[in-house]
Amino acid sequence: MASKVIQALYTDDDVLMHAVKKVRAEHHHIEEVYTPFPVHGLDKAMGLADTRIAITSFLYGCLGLTVAVVMMNYIMIEDWPQDIGGKPSFSYLENMPAFVPIMFELTVFFAAHLMVITFYLRSKMWPFKKAENPDKRTTDDHFLMELGVHDNENELAELLWETGAVEVKVTEKES
Amino acid sequence: MYTFSNKLRLGSFIAMGLGFIFLVIGFVSAPSTVEEAKAMVAVHDDGHGGGHAEAADAHGVAEGHGAEAAHGDEHDASHDEHLLHQLQNRPWSALYVAAFFFFMIALGVLAFYAIQRAAQAGWSPLLFRVMEGITAYLVPGGIIVFVILLLSVLHMNHMFVWMDADTVASDKLLQGKAGYLNPTFFLIRAAIFLGGWIFYRQYSRKLSLAQDESDDNSNFVKNFRWSAAFLVFYLISESMMSWDWIMSLDPHWFSTLFGWYLFASMFVSGITVIAMVTVYLKSKGYLEQVNDSHIHDLAKFMFGISIFWTYLWFSQFMLIWYANIPEEVTYYIARFQDYKLPFFGMLVLNFVFPLLVLMNSDYKRVNWFVIMTGIVVLFGHYLDIFNMVMPATVGDQWYIGFPEIGGILFFGGLFVYWVFTALTKAPLQPKRNPFIEESTHFHY
Repeated sequence: MASKVIQALYTDDDVLMHAVKKVRAEHHHIEEVYTPFPVHGLDKAMGLADTRIAITSFLYGCLGLTVAVVMMNYIMIEDWPQDIGGKPSFSYLENMPAFVPIMFELTVFFAAHLMVITFYLRSKMWPFKKAENPDKRTTDDHFLMELGVHDNENELAELLWETGAVEVKVTEKES
Repeated sequence: MYTFSNKLRLGSFIAMGLGFIFLVIGFVSAPSTVEEAKAMVAVHDDGHGGGHAEAADAHGVAEGHGAEAAHGDEHDASHDEHLLHQLQNRPWSALYVAAFFFFMIALGVLAFYAIQRAAQAGWSPLLFRVMEGITAYLVPGGIIVFVILLLSVLHMNHMFVWMDADTVASDKLLQGKAGYLNPTFFLIRAAIFLGGWIFYRQYSRKLSLAQDESDDNSNFVKNFRWSAAFLVFYLISESMMSWDWIMSLDPHWFSTLFGWYLFASMFVSGITVIAMVTVYLKSKGYLEQVNDSHIHDLAKFMFGISIFWTYLWFSQFMLIWYANIPEEVTYYIARFQDYKLPFFGMLVLNFVFPLLVLMNSDYKRVNWFVIMTGIVVLFGHYLDIFNMVMPATVGDQWYIGFPEIGGILFFGGLFVYWVFTALTKAPLQPKRNPFIEESTHFHY
């Protein structure tokens, strides 16, 4: 289904920030903003919900810790019992200090990698995907704000010109 | 300008008075003869018999005597005298732990302050006066610690066994270390360290105040240069201080990362106190420009340095545990056998607690939450110092009673009184720091 969108281009992140705030104050829904670099505070200005990636990171860390404990217990204690540091106690708990580095590393490894993979999936990014970027200049020095058009094309265009846009265009978008 | 509230001043005086009384009780109730010491332990031992003999042996080795006097009556006599010394050491050790703990907070803040200056950090200038107020305690705190060390050299107590000429005469290892570890050089080093730290503190404070009145940035630049130079001096002197003042309590034992370990402890305690004083002043309506993001950053440091402390604690422990060499492992045997609760309790307070509680980003912005966490972290690091000092000086005769609580109250009261008095001496917000504008707009 194709939908009609209006796109405004800006050349400065401060102007963009003010524009976003003004458009939001007029109760228009901003669909997306494309920027060449992360703009500090833009997520708050756009009213995006807080990221929940930290929670997933914590859960992945717990998973990594569990994997490390189960794995080292199987490898070093059960399957082929090892004499660790001259203390052949064959107990995981008594040999725990020797496993702490591995527990730490796998916690970090799981948290970091699974968090990155989660982020890509959640952002709908995967290998060979065609870029969603509507205008190549947003990878260089332009900022693009995209709004949905609901029979208020002229009103929106006027508002966007007022906020300091250098270019305003209406296009059909595939989605 | 900040005015010292009467309530807080009164509180600090009451703490000092009560602490002083408790300390006196501690000193008076220490035994003065072997018979008294034996009687005290006999009463005490009803509660926890067994296990005492092995523990005492472990200390004998750790402290350098016991190997020679290994049998018969001779052993009993030396053991009894050892016990007397331990009991006599208790009020001294309690005094020393508390005096050092509050001094170390001021020193940790000084390091943090110097780092902010040397890095020309933009977020923190609003907090500089708070940090300068806390580091004011370096002067009385440092002098008190020096006096305690001086009294040890004068044989008023038996905390440092290597200061006893008879012990050294029968100990090859201590004779080998005598070139460095002798009372005169020990005091000279202590004077140099304290002199350097106090000089930097006073000079940097002077430049900081002068910057407010000047019409260029020359004082600021000078402060930057002195801070960078101070950090070099600090890292070397702090490390040597940790060997001298803490590690030499167990003169046979050594750890190469002990300086870092103690540094982590003082750094996290110092940052915690900066956060607590800032939140307190904010709650009284001062420091209006300090926002939740500043508190958030301090809490992040509390979290991060707590993890850093654990990393160093564990690095020291794991190598010794793994290698299992007798002369190294006695250090932990003494703590595992006689200090189970404070030793493992400290790990929970200093690692597990801040890890779980300060992980959430939102909690770090809740001011009362930072205060509550700070109290727990500070208590944890008091226990850390307690665990470093007590096993060597009082062995298994430790207890958290009158002298320990008295020490905390007395030096806590003195600390609060001195720090808040220093805070009244200058406006709480620097006027002409070149980064003050950035600091007031700091947000994340």
